[in-house]
Amino acid sequence: MSEPPGSAVSSGSAPPAQAIPRPEPFPASQAVPVSVGSPEPIEGPDEGSKRSDSDSAPRPLSAQRVLPLRRPGRWIATAVVLVLVAQIAHGLATNPFYQWDRFAYWFVRPVILDGLVITLEVAAYSAVLGLLGGILLALGRLSRSPVLRAVSWVYIWLFRSVPLIVVLLFLYNFSALYKTLSIGVPFGPAFFTFDESRLATDIVVAVVGLSLNEAAYAAEVVRGGILSVDQGQHEAASALGLPKRYQFARIVFPQALRAITPNYVNQLIGLIKSTSLVFYVSLLDLFGSVQSMGSTYPGDIVPLLLVATIWYLILTSVVSVIQFYVERYYSRGAVRTLPPTPLQKLRAGVRDLRARVQREAAI
Amino acid sequence: MTTTESTTVSQALPAAVEVHDVHKWYGTHRVLEGVDLTVRPGEVTVILGPSGSGKSTLLRVINHLEKPEIGYVSLNGELIGVRRHGERSEMGVPPAEGWGRLKELSERAILTQRSRIGFVFQNFNLFPHLTVLDNVAAAPVATGLLRKPEAQELARSLLSRVGLGDKTAAYPRQLSGGQQQRVAIARALALRPGVILFDEPTSALDPELVGEVLAVIKDLATSGTTLVIVTHEIGFAREVADRIVFLDEGRIVEQGPPSEVLDNPKHERTREFLSKVL
Repeated sequence: MSEPPGSAVSSGSAPPAQAIPRPEPFPASQAVPVSVGSPEPIEGPDEGSKRSDSDSAPRPLSAQRVLPLRRPGRWIATAVVLVLVAQIAHGLATNPFYQWDRFAYWFVRPVILDGLVITLEVAAYSAVLGLLGGILLALGRLSRSPVLRAVSWVYIWLFRSVPLIVVLLFLYNFSALYKTLSIGVPFGPAFFTFDESRLATDIVVAVVGLSLNEAAYAAEVVRGGILSVDQGQHEAASALGLPKRYQFARIVFPQALRAITPNYVNQLIGLIKSTSLVFYVSLLDLFGSVQSMGSTYPGDIVPLLLVATIWYLILTSVVSVIQFYVERYYSRGAVRTLPPTPLQKLRAGVRDLRARVQREAAI
Repeated sequence: MTTTESTTVSQALPAAVEVHDVHKWYGTHRVLEGVDLTVRPGEVTVILGPSGSGKSTLLRVINHLEKPEIGYVSLNGELIGVRRHGERSEMGVPPAEGWGRLKELSERAILTQRSRIGFVFQNFNLFPHLTVLDNVAAAPVATGLLRKPEAQELARSLLSRVGLGDKTAAYPRQLSGGQQQRVAIARALALRPGVILFDEPTSALDPELVGEVLAVIKDLATSGTTLVIVTHEIGFAREVADRIVFLDEGRIVEQGPPSEVLDNPKHERTREFLSKVL
């Protein structure tokens, strides 16, 4: 092995018996000297001559950087999209039709903010109650009892089939069907009796209606999440003798949440927008306030709709940001490294850009 | 095994695990057809057999992950998953004709029994959302055996015993397969089980990782822990087993010390199997 490195490969002077064992001969110790000593046999002849035209001393291949492929189509598409976006932004800003001054006037009016509070209240209660109901229904669907399975299935079937607005209007007129509600022995004496018309305020009707509807959808989301947990996890948990409640609360459900979160947030965003239907059970939520102000000030209908749009956008954005962090939290252990937060991404982006500029400058 | 034998055995030296005439079937598919097996305390039993012979099912019947259709399993003389129903005077009577009088235990009671039987899975089945330390410390806390600080102390010492004292804060997916399986063994040990069952503990591992897991199991075997191991590592079986059990088509074909079963198999099926795997 004392021969010049370039000839060791081509001449084949190495003893044949020694040449066969694979692990030793290949590593960099031999491959690199070959390219240093004689670049020509590796590079094609015409490529080598081209290189020598532009660059008097061709660098060894191992020291070269690969030039990224240029993609003109992508650049054109980017430019077209940017122009379109600019046009839309310009139109939004300059078209007097939008009346941005009236928008600014209405955006934080107390009447609108009161409506926003109602929207938030109804959405928050329904989201929590809907999720709890959904978990119970999902457990019912996964139960070994055929009765629980059937009842859960029928509930989900029913409330996914009936439009939310129908459910709300039905509940609104519920007090006409059942004058009083009571707690007691089924089919027997009652201990507590409630007057329905006093109990069923508008907000209660709205929350109950949305929760009933939400639970049906949440149940399927939760069930899907639970099913996505590997059977081995159930087995390991029961082989360790973990109590049943602990198995669900600490082993299965946290893992299911990783699959549940994106789907449930989807539901949640739908729910926030569905709250606009409570207007029909005479509750003045964000949309309701906008609607009633719009009929009082017909000239301001467009800025008022913009007010509603922007507030719904803000709510959805807040939910999406929360979603990111919740998902990040529940991906612990499921991925080797956690996805970076937007701040970390920004820092890494700046770092990369700086490094790239320095590299380009050096070449 | 006759009834008188089983009583005298259990009086003389209570078997750590006793499997008595266990039958298990799924629909018309018969998986176990009358398996009798006695594992004495401190003994290392290795179960060999072709795939589909019912090895894994037998292990899963022992810790009641599967219910036997007929027969019973007992751990240190206590029935697993069932209890004898009726008069106290029946306690001494072997249930050869009395299995019909066995009553299923409550889920909670079965879980308590399982916590005394360690189980190590082929695919590790660690809890991916918990750190290595929490994987090991969770069960003693959840079953009320220890309080959290003590459980974590125990988990740390078990993890250093399996050579992973520096990985306590890692999540399972950040570890190699061999390391994960060693965590799984530590997790099983944390409940101080009377017996540990291994279901092909090295079958999901890259060849170069098999050794580290087998070393840990060997360490347990020499320290006097009762082990029942299903494996395909014949060399390992010869090294650690006090007894080899050869299972085929749901029946025990032959059993005995490795020198007999591996070197002088009496049964044609055993010879055939060994000629294929050796």
